[in-house]
Amino acid sequence: MAIDMLGKRAKRVEDQRLITGEGRYVDDIKLQSMAHCAILRSPYAHALIRGIDTSKAKAMPGVLDVMTGADIPYNPLPMAWPAGGSAGLQNNVNTPRALATDSVKWTGEGVAAVVAETPEQALDALEAIVVDWEPLPAVVDAEKATQPGAPQLHENAPKNVVFEWSVGDKAGAAAAIDRAEVVVRQRIVNQRLIPNPMETRGDIGLYNPGTDEYTIWMSSQTPHIQRLLLAAFVMGVPEHKIRCISPDVGGAFGSKIFTYADYPIVLLASKRIGGRPVKWIESRRENYQSTIHGRDHITYLEIAGKRDGEVTAIRVKTFANLGGRLSTIGPGIPTTLYARVLAGCYKIPNVYAEVVGVYTNTVFVDAYRGAGRPEATYVVERAMDLFANEIGMDRAELRRRNFIAPDKFPYENPSGLGTASGGAKIYIDSGNYEPALDKALEMAGYAGIEKAKTAARARGKYLGIGLSSYIEVCGVAPSKWIGAVGEGWGAAMWESANIKVHLTGKVVVTMGTQPQGQGHETTYAQIVGHELGVPMEDIVVQHSDTQGTPFGYGSYGSRTASVGGTAAVKAAEKIREKARRYAAHMLEASVEDIEVEGAEYRVKGSPDKKKTFQEIAFALDLAFDAPEGMEPYLDETAYYDTPNCTWPFGTHVAIVEVDEATGQVELVRYVAVDDVGNKINPMIVDGQLHGGIVQGVGQALWEGAVYSDDGQLLSGSMLDYAIPRASWLPNLELDETVTPSPVNPLGVKGVGEAGAIASTAAVANAVNDALKPFGIRHLDMPLTPQTVWKAMQTTKGAQA
Amino acid sequence: MIPAAFEYVLATSLDDALARLGRADGGAKAIAGGQSLLPLMKLRLARPETLIDIGRLPELKGVRRMADGRVAVGALTTYDEMQRDPILRHYGILHDALPNIGDVQVRNRGTIGGSIAHADPASDMPAILLALDAEVVARSSTDERAIPITKFFEGAFASVLRSDELIIEIRLPRGRDDVGSAYRAIEQPASGYSIAGVAAVVGARAGDRWGFCAVGVTGVGEHPYRASAVEQAVLAGESLAQAALHAADGATVGSDIHADREYRAHVATVEVLRALEAAIARLE
Repeated sequence: MAIDMLGKRAKRVEDQRLITGEGRYVDDIKLQSMAHCAILRSPYAHALIRGIDTSKAKAMPGVLDVMTGADIPYNPLPMAWPAGGSAGLQNNVNTPRALATDSVKWTGEGVAAVVAETPEQALDALEAIVVDWEPLPAVVDAEKATQPGAPQLHENAPKNVVFEWSVGDKAGAAAAIDRAEVVVRQRIVNQRLIPNPMETRGDIGLYNPGTDEYTIWMSSQTPHIQRLLLAAFVMGVPEHKIRCISPDVGGAFGSKIFTYADYPIVLLASKRIGGRPVKWIESRRENYQSTIHGRDHITYLEIAGKRDGEVTAIRVKTFANLGGRLSTIGPGIPTTLYARVLAGCYKIPNVYAEVVGVYTNTVFVDAYRGAGRPEATYVVERAMDLFANEIGMDRAELRRRNFIAPDKFPYENPSGLGTASGGAKIYIDSGNYEPALDKALEMAGYAGIEKAKTAARARGKYLGIGLSSYIEVCGVAPSKWIGAVGEGWGAAMWESANIKVHLTGKVVVTMGTQPQGQGHETTYAQIVGHELGVPMEDIVVQHSDTQGTPFGYGSYGSRTASVGGTAAVKAAEKIREKARRYAAHMLEASVEDIEVEGAEYRVKGSPDKKKTFQEIAFALDLAFDAPEGMEPYLDETAYYDTPNCTWPFGTHVAIVEVDEATGQVELVRYVAVDDVGNKINPMIVDGQLHGGIVQGVGQALWEGAVYSDDGQLLSGSMLDYAIPRASWLPNLELDETVTPSPVNPLGVKGVGEAGAIASTAAVANAVNDALKPFGIRHLDMPLTPQTVWKAMQTTKGAQA
Repeated sequence: MIPAAFEYVLATSLDDALARLGRADGGAKAIAGGQSLLPLMKLRLARPETLIDIGRLPELKGVRRMADGRVAVGALTTYDEMQRDPILRHYGILHDALPNIGDVQVRNRGTIGGSIAHADPASDMPAILLALDAEVVARSSTDERAIPITKFFEGAFASVLRSDELIIEIRLPRGRDDVGSAYRAIEQPASGYSIAGVAAVVGARAGDRWGFCAVGVTGVGEHPYRASAVEQAVLAGESLAQAALHAADGATVGSDIHADREYRAHVATVEVLRALEAAIARLE
């Protein structure tokens, strides 16, 4: 009998270790004779380094080595995803070195590293390093940085511009806007965020002088890519001489995708001290200052259309802050992953986006949960509300009216992934947006909202409701498309799975993807268990070590279920096919006559003639009686390159109440109807939605990385950067529609980012709706009590 | 997040601790629960040469009723112990704040004496102790003095406590039956500290006048203070809303990335009004 595990709320097999403190994170790993590294970071946002005196530090107790930029024989870190897609587009690239040599571009850039017997000694010695600084004027705002007279960061980047990129039909959009009945314009800021994984980053470098091989334990989402980039671009060491291991990773949200300066530092440090392992663990303060931030867009928006609610054009100019130097895929986020999905789930015929990537004296900006898509969703969903309010149409009605119709899929959107040069196209695979909207409105009581507003007024509160109808693009990406349009890693994007069935019938699944808490060990076990008819308890899922796992591109972009999961299905199909061939041999039947149901392989029409999967594995592993030409053992690897991306969608509804006296916003209800296709484990899907929604709400109401004008990070710790707490949120009311993706055999789409993509706009729209009686049209986030109260004060006169 | 090197001494008695503090001549800090001092040390913003651990001194623990009816709260009493103490149950205003201080770990380790000695300008307890007219008892190896809480705070993280002194206990006046009290705060969401926290004690109604009003404010000025102008206005018979407008009178209102002077001064008036109303509601 088939064991139907797909769609089951199976408890997560990794939770026993993770929630009882038995997880093994980088800092839990203690190697014999391990030394400890600490990094000296710039106190200035912009300065020249005139000299560094390390002599006192070198003489400190326990100090084994002190390095500065001059001691690092490696290349700068790579930038692997330029703004692409247009012929001849120039990216003015500056990336960090392992340690800065001549100048620093943000507060927190590393300039020296100490290696000592203990972490305490390493930190003490940092204080003895004397740097001769020449501070320079700084700029932290992306729009201001492009203006005349702004401090210049890099010689090769006039006006601090990294790139000027555009997509869509410029003339068409201009014409549509010029002749439109209604045009609404708004400047919209999507503020900078700090990712805040529970586990900060960290690594251990180990050089083996006997074999000239390097091993690094790293808290990374992408161990295979890191090996490739470190080998080929940074260290100039052959790829097979580097081994990357990601043990348990305590959250990442994108921030652990990238190549960081500490990787080459710990590897070089280990080599310099004769092959002792060297550990570096990031403090929370360093994490805030030196690991990537997310978002940070300033957008000039225009939305145009007819008074009857037909939206005819959307045009944006966006300044994307990329920091003082570029992170690994920084330019790819505000281009490909933002502007190409700008029109969201709407059939807007004319879309044009100009994006200016900008250097500022801030830490680099790269992918943070959603990465470009939350920014796009925020723009288009604010735009829809602004437009609806302008023409006096119900906001839900406007959305309904402009949705891409369900019979238009696969749909090629006008700014989109389909328009890139080279012929390889990506389509929106499937969708049916209206049922999700209807369900969400019904759950939220949208029809009765005016009554609720009146009732709230009697309590001194202003109630608002906000919608966010979103799409997400997941599963990056067909390698052919990446190659054709020059957008992406500059590498392929397939995934891999290996399945081995041991003599005892136990199954080992080895994946190229890399979990950070998502529950991959459970999800893959459900997939493979379903395919092979093997109970989950008999399956172990391995990952995380470039030695012993097939190459994979890692986990980000909500791609693991759709791309990695399909690789697992394909590997299981190969296993099943070989087991079937061997069953035919065992049962003395022809292969065509063997039918498989779960773990049972039987001869058609002779139900008693059968073998179990475990019996087959046992016999084939022993290979005492293998037929001619059949290799012993069940061991198959599959590589899966997706033909297209997958496109989850849904509508979220937020209801807020604003306190007139203080400006405090309370989120009183949150309804989310998401369509993520088929679900492998609905409990894990719910968990992903919960976390994502809360992170997005955090951006709307509380979170914001704040730099002073001279580049000091004022929100430099959790005392000043407000991460949402459970008690601030209502119960999240989740429901679904199910439109299976036609792209992959599982019919799954991906859910890692959906919540964060949708919820920010829903909550911001709700607050702006609540403030409509004050004549407020748009407020930038975070919608803190002060922001809201001040806005109410300035417009109170207008209201009267 | 590793402190600079320091000496650690476990005090064996109160006298031992006081003698060591006296001898250290400012180079030593007493540590109790460590919930304020240790984070500063980990960031190397505080670098005491010596830490004198007073955390295990039984003399400083517990809550007792004094002969004259006042209540003495030992400096080492934790927030959690205060929450559960049967004598302190009668001071309802404390219980407005106690469950919201920090998190469970902070309430298990943090002490009332440590909080007051730290003199954080936005901490909750000082506002309440101000409204209650508490006394801080400080002792050195040579003398002991009772300092009215209204004279205790001098600035941000600054008080009249000398480097050779330890807070021994906090004394609360005996409770009155004819007043109501309440604490209300708008919190900075990241830290949980108050942007404006207000403790109000109001009562002794005689005719159409209030006969008693005490208002303590935290988070607003350089240090927690008594809003005397509010108190006088209430006693003079002004409406509560009118009186509340004086919330920040005379204070040097602070400004940070969460709340600038204008907003902070405004919400001080809102929270004063809400605390006064809540206090009066309890009276009725």
